Amino acid sequence: MYKYDTYDQSIVDARVEEFRDQVARRMAGELTEDQFKPLRLMNGLYLQLHAYMLRVAVPYGTLDSRQMHMLAHIARKYDKGYGHFTTRQNIQYNWIELKDAGDILADLATVEMHAIQTSGNCIRNTTSDQYAGAAADEVADPRPWAELLRQWSTFHPEFTYLPRKFKVAIIASDEDRAAMRLHDIGLQLTQNEAGETGFKVYVGGGMGRTPMVAPLIRDFLPAADYLSYLEACLRVYNRYGRRDNIYKARIKILVHEIGADEYRRQVEEEFLHVKTLGIDPPAEEFERINAFFAQPAWEQGLSDELDLSDPDFKLWVDQNVFAHKAPGYAIATISLKPIGGIPGDASADQIDLMADLAETYSFDELRVTHSQNIVLPHVRKADLYTLWQKLDAAGLATANLDLISDMIACPGLDYCSLANARSIPVAQKISQRFADREADLGELKLKISGCINACGHHHAGHIGILGVDRKGTENYQLLLGGSGAEDASLGRITGPGFDEDGIVDAIERTLDRYVATREPGERFLDTYRRVGFETFKEAIYG
Amino acid sequence: MVEGLRYRDDAAHEEPAVTLDAFLDQSNATAVRLESDEDARKLLPFLDRLALIEVAFPAFRDGRGYSAGRILREAGYTGELRAAGDVLVDQILPMRRCGFDAFAPDKPLDPAAVERALGRYSNVYQKAADGRAPAWKLRHG
Ligand code: HEM
Ligand code: SF4
Repeated sequence: MYKYDTYDQSIVDARVEEFRDQVARRMAGELTEDQFKPLRLMNGLYLQLHAYMLRVAVPYGTLDSRQMHMLAHIARKYDKGYGHFTTRQNIQYNWIELKDAGDILADLATVEMHAIQTSGNCIRNTTSDQYAGAAADEVADPRPWAELLRQWSTFHPEFTYLPRKFKVAIIASDEDRAAMRLHDIGLQLTQNEAGETGFKVYVGGGMGRTPMVAPLIRDFLPAADYLSYLEACLRVYNRYGRRDNIYKARIKILVHEIGADEYRRQVEEEFLHVKTLGIDPPAEEFERINAFFAQPAWEQGLSDELDLSDPDFKLWVDQNVFAHKAPGYAIATISLKPIGGIPGDASADQIDLMADLAETYSFDELRVTHSQNIVLPHVRKADLYTLWQKLDAAGLATANLDLISDMIACPGLDYCSLANARSIPVAQKISQRFADREADLGELKLKISGCINACGHHHAGHIGILGVDRKGTENYQLLLGGSGAEDASLGRITGPGFDEDGIVDAIERTLDRYVATREPGERFLDTYRRVGFETFKEAIYG
Repeated sequence: MVEGLRYRDDAAHEEPAVTLDAFLDQSNATAVRLESDEDARKLLPFLDRLALIEVAFPAFRDGRGYSAGRILREAGYTGELRAAGDVLVDQILPMRRCGFDAFAPDKPLDPAAVERALGRYSNVYQKAADGRAPAWKLRHG
């Protein structure tokens, strides 16, 4: 894992002081709320329905146990004893007081953490594959590149007041576990025919009210030009992205309006100029960062055998454990989706326990996933059973990864001031209704947003739910056929919406039709793509 | 409270800035004002004879001027580069980093607060238009 040196630490420490100063000026009335807003937002501090919400960055989703314990401490000391892990691989606290914000940032800084650029119209925290560094299918660990990007984008002076927020995701496998093409910039680490490292660059994806899958802008960007090229991509956007209408300000609209070819032309032209400025760090800097991500000292000669005689354990292994690149090891996902629970929530005690388990069983490493779970990336297979028992005792062994109850849900009207409808109660009802048959239903990515902003990725759900306001009552639209994976696609709205119970019934009709029409081995999404929208529409509306 | 800030040793430029259109039309003007939606690159052929370029920030959220500043400095402009408009204390540092060396804020600023803001970060991560060495440069010499 990356460790701060004195430069990194001095920047984060300075930020704590700067923010304390800004909060003091706000509390003294020297800054209006309008002037304070962009400043607090650049520090992840939102004003929600009931309190301030603080979003803490977990760069590319990677944490060690010391940092995880700090997250538990903050939940206990400044919140109501829990935290909410989010689709941005971050953690949010929903009950923060403004006067505490400086102290929280100071606590975070002691463990090399911060809330920098977790909101605001700037380059946000970079997300990545939660299995990075452990997955058998990656070309290389993408996180050193994400760290390089973190540093370059932190307080980038030119890109602090972009037209709109800017999100980058980096992956290194053909299998996309990070919804890469639904980001403003998506990067896929790859190798060309000569064996050189570089990136496929996708620009202009996003969700919100106008969802788009990003087109390919550069087929192979040599690693040495990485930051220059990104700088060119951002500069074109900063200069020409729309600022007249907040709903049209994302880069996806620019790329869409001028076309991918014209955007590419402008970027390439800007890049030729930017490349002369010497902003790409030398290879030694990459090597320095890369060394922090060296593979842990895996034990050699371990067996891949697992005793699966305990049926509950077997269920969990089958569902929540993923292939690791080293023999005798496995990647274990801790589901934060207990049946009927609030997706992504964890208590301070659970956070502490996960930290302890990571220290004992996973080389001190944890990951936050964009589907709001926690991963222990490097577990010896021989330890899996003990690990599972400890998780089970803490209510953390739900065996539902990628099943319907492993859904994404945004905070919705229970917390969010922009919401049209609640997300959490719908999530809970769906989870309860389908838990018994979810193993049979197989992989099914269900995603819920409480409004058109799409924080809950509903466009990218195999089944998506969108909360809308219908004449003052909460109403839910159903979408089918989205995907945030390598086969990225956007869901289609089935028709008129439903009330809270109605949407659960509509999903039941959808799933019954799936079961009746599927061919062996087909996921819901595959069946949907094969038989088409109308079949399901007919099942839903009769 | 101060009306303007200037981080240059030369004498202030007296000639009033003309609009970009007027400048391109005429002109032997030596001072020009760029609105936030105007292309800074149109000035590149004339940088030698410009002593003042004023860049408008109609709202602090409008960040186009940051790119304009850098583009002008990257092209070798050495005259006064002034940020004018909705310029607040917390914007001075990124503006300095993008090459601005004079400020004409709509509302007067507290010079002590500006000093604090400018001195706060002893390190920066990226190379910009102010010549500061990024962390990677300091790490590797
Ligand atoms: C205080 C509550 C929140 C507010 C006010 C808020 C605000 C917004 C807004 C306005 C958008 C639309 C942006 C656009 O279309 O340009 C958006 C999108 C999004 N937000 Fe949130 N959000 C909140 C909570 C969350 C949470 C809990 C997450 C999960 C980490 C999240 C992650 C996202 C994601 C993934 C998107 C869609 C991706 C995209 O921007 O294209 N947000 N949010
Ligand atoms: S999707 Fe809407 S309701 Fe849900 S968190 Fe985002 S802004 Fe709030």
